[in-house]
Amino acid sequence: MQYDVAVIGCGVVGAAVAYTLSKYKISVIVLEAENDVADISTKANTGILHAGYDPEPGSQMAKLNVDGVRMARELCEKLDVPVIWPGTFVVAFSDAEMQTVKELYDRGVANGIKDMEILDARRVHGMEPNLSPEIKSALFAPTSGVIYPWEYALAFIETAIRNDADLRRNFRVADIIKQEPSGYVLKSVSGELVRAKYVVNAAGLYSDFIHNLVSPPAFKILPARGEYFLLDTTEGNLVKHVIFQCPTDKGKGILVSPTARGNLIVGPNAVPGEKDDVKVTRSGLDYVEEYAKKSVPSLDLRTSIRNFAGVRANNDKNDFIISEAENAKGFIDLAGIKSPGLTSAPAIALECLDLLTKCGLPLEEKKSYVDTRKRIRFSELSVAEKQELVRKSPLYGRVICRCETITEGEIIDALRGPVPPVSVDGVKRRCGTGMGRCQGGFCGPRVMEILINERHISYKDLLKDKTGSFMLTGITKKQEETYEWNR
Amino acid sequence: MNGTANTYDLIVIGAGPAGLAAAVEAWNRGLKKILIVERAKEAGGILMQCIHNGFGLHYFKEELTGPEYAERFITMVDKTGIEIKLDTMVLDITSRKQVHMVNTKDGYQILEAKTIVLAMGCRERTRGAIGIPGTRPAGIYTAGTAQRLLNIEGYMPGTRILILGSGDIGLIMARRLTLEGAKVLACVELLPFSGGLTRNIVQCLNDFDIPLYLSHTITEIKGDKRVTGAVVMQLDGSRKPVPGTEMEFDCDTILLSVGLIPENELTKKADIRMDPRTKGAIVYENRETSVPGIFACGNAVHVHDLVDFVTEEGQLAGAGAAAYVQAGTKDGQTVELINGNDVGYTVPQHVRPEQMGDSTGIYFRVKSVHKEPCFISIKSGTAEIARLKRDHMAPGEMERISLTRDQLQNTTGKVSVSIEEGGTK
Amino acid sequence: MKNLICIVCPKGCHLSVDENNDFAVTGNSCKRGETYGKMEVKDPHRIVTSTVAVSGSSYVRCPVKTDRTIPKGLMFEAMRTLDRITIPAPIKPGQIIVSRICNTDANFVATRDIT
Repeated sequence: MQYDVAVIGCGVVGAAVAYTLSKYKISVIVLEAENDVADISTKANTGILHAGYDPEPGSQMAKLNVDGVRMARELCEKLDVPVIWPGTFVVAFSDAEMQTVKELYDRGVANGIKDMEILDARRVHGMEPNLSPEIKSALFAPTSGVIYPWEYALAFIETAIRNDADLRRNFRVADIIKQEPSGYVLKSVSGELVRAKYVVNAAGLYSDFIHNLVSPPAFKILPARGEYFLLDTTEGNLVKHVIFQCPTDKGKGILVSPTARGNLIVGPNAVPGEKDDVKVTRSGLDYVEEYAKKSVPSLDLRTSIRNFAGVRANNDKNDFIISEAENAKGFIDLAGIKSPGLTSAPAIALECLDLLTKCGLPLEEKKSYVDTRKRIRFSELSVAEKQELVRKSPLYGRVICRCETITEGEIIDALRGPVPPVSVDGVKRRCGTGMGRCQGGFCGPRVMEILINERHISYKDLLKDKTGSFMLTGITKKQEETYEWNR
Repeated sequence: MNGTANTYDLIVIGAGPAGLAAAVEAWNRGLKKILIVERAKEAGGILMQCIHNGFGLHYFKEELTGPEYAERFITMVDKTGIEIKLDTMVLDITSRKQVHMVNTKDGYQILEAKTIVLAMGCRERTRGAIGIPGTRPAGIYTAGTAQRLLNIEGYMPGTRILILGSGDIGLIMARRLTLEGAKVLACVELLPFSGGLTRNIVQCLNDFDIPLYLSHTITEIKGDKRVTGAVVMQLDGSRKPVPGTEMEFDCDTILLSVGLIPENELTKKADIRMDPRTKGAIVYENRETSVPGIFACGNAVHVHDLVDFVTEEGQLAGAGAAAYVQAGTKDGQTVELINGNDVGYTVPQHVRPEQMGDSTGIYFRVKSVHKEPCFISIKSGTAEIARLKRDHMAPGEMERISLTRDQLQNTTGKVSVSIEEGGTK
Repeated sequence: MKNLICIVCPKGCHLSVDENNDFAVTGNSCKRGETYGKMEVKDPHRIVTSTVAVSGSSYVRCPVKTDRTIPKGLMFEAMRTLDRITIPAPIKPGQIIVSRICNTDANFVATRDIT
């Protein structure tokens, strides 16, 4: 069978493309190298939906940023993605930085952003009492948000699948063979083949490798690692807005921000490195701490519940690479989608659709298209709603994750959903188990038991996250494994 | 007391040793409508996975395993009319003593009680809380989680184990894993001394030739999908890694035994005042909290070493709850206990001499190790009201002293507990 | 000469035991320490706790212990007697799971109720 479009990579960009394409009567398949979606750069993203004062006015990046943040409001509502809209401060400590803040303001105006203000020190501290007294002024952009980035990607791909898109996980593209007169055969490392008329390269860190399979090298991905602290929800109110420092040539810099799930996130630094290097380092954490405390001196990093790192797919050009690849008809690169990539994702997907149309992809809208997604979040229901829910479906009456109040019903929902989890972290990303204070100490064994029983797998195949991350090494007392799935 | 016919006399949150003891004591003192709410599918709390022995030497004058100790109290409860709801999670409590709970059978319920005893126990400190650099592969477990997987579910968490932290849980798991066929490579301890009992050092490490590295820590975890190794370094006087002391361990599992934290999500929901030193509620001698009629006991108040003390504390709370229902709280003086030299915290933090019996136990922990004899000095202002000798004290051994009502009544309202070094007196 | 730490009380006296002198103990502060030091060098014994596989229950393991100490050198062999056997529920505390472990008088007994 030949698909109309194959999308390589199910990060937030690939997922947004699938979502956009699934509105039309075209066959779409998304090929994801890992065993779960959005498990590389997207899941480690800070989650900021940028207002759009940062990119150069007139650039493609500026347009897609501003479009994307506007589209996000409706999308998060429709597709039930956790998001908050606190607005951003970019703080200035010196006269030189005050000048930078003014430039950002002007850029924002040129990019069409509404309601920005330059706040003086009095107003800065009035709105954010915990900021450093050294701060002289700040750019305030109320239209920026903080999203839970992984669920943004999940929401896109789940909705796409509900509208007949296909997703194949564990498909790592090793080679792409051009067909005549058009079309491509994508071959995985294990020899599986997928045929498609058009290909969208949304392979993130590996988008240069994928591009080079069909086209002369045109860009290079420059991976840059960012390290974070995630603080307890008790600290979630330390600041009310996303607090940025002035950008430098290294990027947007260290921020302190509330998250969509009520935590406080601190980071990231930017260290050039390897594509797969997600180590957290002492020096990196110390650097993040030093710079973060510059903005928020009372930051107490002992309340950190987790450190993690992600790798950005920066590129060696000044903008996103969104174009048909040279010598590769119908092969669209969506490459080097660095910051503000997350924000721009739905707008990038529309650009991609436009390019595909120009390449000849016929677009006919589906008559019946399911453009909503809703998830049950037990902890957010009212008492009356909880009572009703548990009465109807008793499994919502068993709380598995005590820290975050996540029920067995929600875990089963995820396992029966269109993109079921295959690992403990997969359950965590979908449901929130293990994201709290005890970091899975209590719920871990319970989630493991549910995974083994529901997925009918051997304990040997129980994974923490990616393929190969086995959790258990044996059974005690030299017993044979007994498959008592419902014990 | 207000309340409908459906109001319980007492709701106990947690059916571990603290909660079980509180419920039984309240029953024995006359409360009849008692409910224990337990989130696990069985009563007994953490004891049910503590299959090793060493429990009950003080309380039962016998050496029991964890499950045996728990069974004694479960049997006591079975002989009463105390109700237990298992597999039930308490989601909220209010200072008006309403308890929100949910399970699959009864659904979401809001029950009322005249008194509440909080006995939620504690949770383990995590890797995130101590910020170990490196990757985040599978194979990193806190010791308690590994213990549950091993003893209850029957799974081996790994084959080559490195243990961080020499507290008793880490030591116990070193032995357990070795006996089940794993290779425990070493136990690594941040401090210059171990927090665990010497008996456990001998029977869990020395018996199996497992080395103990004091003043060391893990500085990096390696491994992409599963742990492949860890780097351990020695620490200097200011707890900084000493360059050149790197040791690489070829392990596939790291067990973290780096501390316990009292579990107080619910305590905070009822606006109960907390003690930042213990991370538990501030309590009176009868374990009443700052909200009259709500009591707290066991590891939820402060992390214990001996379950026998947990039982005693549970009984204090149960007795307190019964007295509250039957007689209410008496007015009177509150004496604040101040932490003096080398004392980290005391429980209780406040005592009401008019409310207490003839004497009351004061638990405390010292901050440093005392190998030589020293003195516990109890003072009211500058006047010493009691002086007790101890041959040795350590942070890992909770101390218990007894003060009488007379001693506490005639004070300035502030009584300090301090440690004074040796000499003869 | 064997050096060891006494575990009878929290004092933790450093004992020295001379195997060549009828296991004479020095460094102890009390008689219990002397007894412990002698026994620990001459013929050390341990209680062993473990689990055994269970069938016919929602529980898969039952905790067990030796009902008296066994020679320290037999610990691993004792553990092996619990391999590959399955005890059917119900199990009562004190129920003998393995009798006369490695030809000693010790038995592995269940330490909890399993239904």
